[in-house]
Amino acid sequence: MLGQLPILSALVWLPALGAVAILVLRALMRGEDQAALERNARGVALFVTLFVFALSILLVIEFDASQAGFQFVETIPWLAELGIGYRMGVDGLSVLFVLLTAFLMPICILASWKLEKRVVDYMAAFLILETLVIGIFCALDLVLFYIFFEGSLIPMFLIIGVWGGANRIYAAFKFFLYTFVGSVLMLVAMIWMYLDAGTTDISVLLTHEFARDAQTWLWLAFFASFAVKMPMWPVHTWLPDAHVEAPTAGSVILAGILLKLGGYGFLRFSLPMFPDASAFFAPMVMVLSVIAIVYTSLVAFRQTDIKKLIAYSSVAHMGFVTMGLFTMNEVGVQGAIFQMLSHGVISGALFLCVGVIYDRFHTREIGFYGGLVHRMPVYAAFFALFAMANVGLPGTSGFVGEIMTMVGAFEYDPRVAAGAALGVIFSAVYMLTLYKKVVFGELTNPRLETATDLNVREWINLGVLGFIAIYLGFFTTPITATTAASVEALITQYQAALAAAPN
Amino acid sequence: MTASMLLNDLGLIAPELILAGGAMALLMVGVFSKVDLQAARLVNTATMALFALAAAAAIWIAPDAPQTGFGGAFVLDALAVYAKAVIYVVGIAVLMLASKFLERERLAKFEYPVLVTLAVLGLSVMVSANDLIGLYLGLELSSLSLYILAAFNRDSLRASEAGLKYFVLGALSSGLLLYGSSLVYGFAGSTNFDAIATAAAADANVGLIFGLVFVISGLAFKISAAPFHMWTPDVYEGAPTPVVAFFATAPKLAAMALLARVLMEPFGPMVDEWRQVVMVLAVLSMGIGAFGALMQTNIKRLMGYSSIGNIGYMLVGLAAGTQAGVWAVLLYMTLYVFAVVGAFGVILSMRRSEGMVERIEDLSGLAKTRPGLGYAMTGLLFSIGGMPPLVGFFGKLAVFVAAVQAGLVPLVIIAALFSAVSMAYYIKIVRVMWFDEPKGEFLPAPAGVMAVTRIAGIATLALLPVVGFLFARVIQAGGALGG
Repeated sequence: MLGQLPILSALVWLPALGAVAILVLRALMRGEDQAALERNARGVALFVTLFVFALSILLVIEFDASQAGFQFVETIPWLAELGIGYRMGVDGLSVLFVLLTAFLMPICILASWKLEKRVVDYMAAFLILETLVIGIFCALDLVLFYIFFEGSLIPMFLIIGVWGGANRIYAAFKFFLYTFVGSVLMLVAMIWMYLDAGTTDISVLLTHEFARDAQTWLWLAFFASFAVKMPMWPVHTWLPDAHVEAPTAGSVILAGILLKLGGYGFLRFSLPMFPDASAFFAPMVMVLSVIAIVYTSLVAFRQTDIKKLIAYSSVAHMGFVTMGLFTMNEVGVQGAIFQMLSHGVISGALFLCVGVIYDRFHTREIGFYGGLVHRMPVYAAFFALFAMANVGLPGTSGFVGEIMTMVGAFEYDPRVAAGAALGVIFSAVYMLTLYKKVVFGELTNPRLETATDLNVREWINLGVLGFIAIYLGFFTTPITATTAASVEALITQYQAALAAAPN
Repeated sequence: MTASMLLNDLGLIAPELILAGGAMALLMVGVFSKVDLQAARLVNTATMALFALAAAAAIWIAPDAPQTGFGGAFVLDALAVYAKAVIYVVGIAVLMLASKFLERERLAKFEYPVLVTLAVLGLSVMVSANDLIGLYLGLELSSLSLYILAAFNRDSLRASEAGLKYFVLGALSSGLLLYGSSLVYGFAGSTNFDAIATAAAADANVGLIFGLVFVISGLAFKISAAPFHMWTPDVYEGAPTPVVAFFATAPKLAAMALLARVLMEPFGPMVDEWRQVVMVLAVLSMGIGAFGALMQTNIKRLMGYSSIGNIGYMLVGLAAGTQAGVWAVLLYMTLYVFAVVGAFGVILSMRRSEGMVERIEDLSGLAKTRPGLGYAMTGLLFSIGGMPPLVGFFGKLAVFVAAVQAGLVPLVIIAALFSAVSMAYYIKIVRVMWFDEPKGEFLPAPAGVMAVTRIAGIATLALLPVVGFLFARVIQAGGALGG
């Protein structure tokens, strides 16, 4: 039944409608009670994001995991003169990212419930961001994809810059310009692909064979964009700044969803469309991934700012993703997707954990804290859970992703897996050190005496995320079964393309 | 020439006749009315009606196939019709922006709308020119009106300076253009575009190339392409803001359409000769526009540099030398022009109790104090910068597609990188509006300005679903050239 309804368009455009509603509401309520307006804005935002989340669950239920192709496809002629269409659809690679986005958004809204600065703009920015990000995962047209992909910079730029910390302007500019420079090169490559294949339809481009020497350039142009988004070492330096300065919910979205865009881009474009170039560049990606895993873990260890530490740990975890993707064997790619989803949950939760204490004490300095367990036992338990999940403790989703990508990497080249394993050890070192310094020990700082434990909102947020992190640690099938068919098709096509190419 | 032929020719220039006749009549109205302010208001409103009438006429008489008149000196094709319609609509918007501002600044004279009308008439002739003489006449008619408009605030030192500067450099460019035209005439044996095309196809000799380069230089002055851009920032800063809003839009569009016609029609066979010239202009313009704007503190000056940069992107499309390039330029220009009108609406709203302000930092906290204005300006700036999802992105996309299609991939990569540089100063303004704390509020803007700002601002997003309509129009218009 859902096949007939434009469920993807609903998912994409409902949040934007919500944003428009909030902004219109402000125009109508000018000069009236501003507190009421802000209450309404929060309410609308929460309602819309929850509704979209419900819709996305419906989408996943209706999704036929046994098929590899695109489902729920919508096609509307848009710029018919150029062959550019409004094409939407999801397959096993993208459908879970839609779910992840729709899932994290209500949590972000809840996490920002007590925000007092320009609430209306804030809620509108998050809703627009949701539209653009879900659009990225649903777009089946190059131009449409690019519009969503680039467009997502604008709300995130504003979120970091308006509601961020002390050094927010620098961080916002760095975020924007880094990612923008990467993307404009991708635009040129997309135009070239469009002219070569005569269409911007991604499902057609997936079967189009690009000339071998052209693939190299196209791959590099896409790499420029996705590597920055990912972010891969050495173009990761925007991320710690952006994370540190962004408000809590902004960090959650950044780590939970926006970092996945690079990985999704590799899955959707680089690997299937440029198989020869991907195989050619895979060793380079492996080296960069291992450097990212080891080096940023070491850097994380030296951080004095909690958020910065988690940001560097994100870069390391994204290293596992790129490593898994470019092994191009089933377990590696599956693991990479799993790792992305799991990292979305865990890093989001970790940033929420930081947000909890930041809201109370307004500092992220590790040295400020210590002995929180005496005043906030529930918080300490949750933080422990997510810290362990981040390390990759068996029984949490973090473990599954890491082990799968490492198995894949072992098949590809044992040395890569060995390097990555080193990173796992380091991650335990920095996470446990952080946890010890913040939570354990004597409560020496008198300002911490007044600490109160989690309130209901924080309970809900962390509880839900904690449940998922553990659930996925034991039951991996919901994810792997959904992605299996698409991943298998991707790899089969990839191997066939490599076999066909004269070496 | 028989009477019916004359009538037929006159039919082709119906919009121009309306404008010319209207301008004379309104001049009389102004001269013979007793009260200055009332006359100014009356003439202003009447001029808007005149433009609407001319636009209707232009669309009404739009022929299916290109038609020439007056011995081939005047052509009415899809390109001309399209450009005229846009110019007239922009004219209305610009007059809406101007009226209250001029009254406040004690500049409300009935000559203002009449001068705008004469300038628009000149632009109208330009886009229909099919002959070097017609080209020059249109160009000079519009330029002379623009010189006066630049110095319209004659008590202001800066405005007078702007007018003089514009006049001197404009005169120089006219000289270059005339010199080039005379060379072309000498070597092609005719001033008619079709005849020049035949001559160029037969023998693209050095004389023609020389003439072509001079003609391009002269026109590059008008579109403020680097290295002929020196007047732009100064005139943008010095001239009264509504005048700048006009400068930045309709004349640029007309000159660009004219340049496209000159390059594609008479000199179409010499595409390999002029492509390099256009590419150099494009790269220089993009570079100077991007880096020049970075350090500006005056918003009008910044818009000047931004226009230089944007002209550079359009020239990338023109360098393709194809129909796709022409319509891409038209699309880019149209989206750009309407966004710029909106942006100048915002600049005209920058009025505090102590008077107009025009530093970028005066916009501080605009998104907080005046959300409507802040959102509109944000959308407009991103649209001018060609940032998706705003509609201006399609202009950039189209010129890039055209250039890649013509094999100019390195040029497009350069353009893409410059667009990242120019994005830095657009987000600098966005930063001021969104991140900085407000430093005092603006007074409410007049209704006309408000309407233009809001419509242009909303259009940057609302046009997205229906932008295909615009594509169809510009493809039709671009198809008139280089067939």
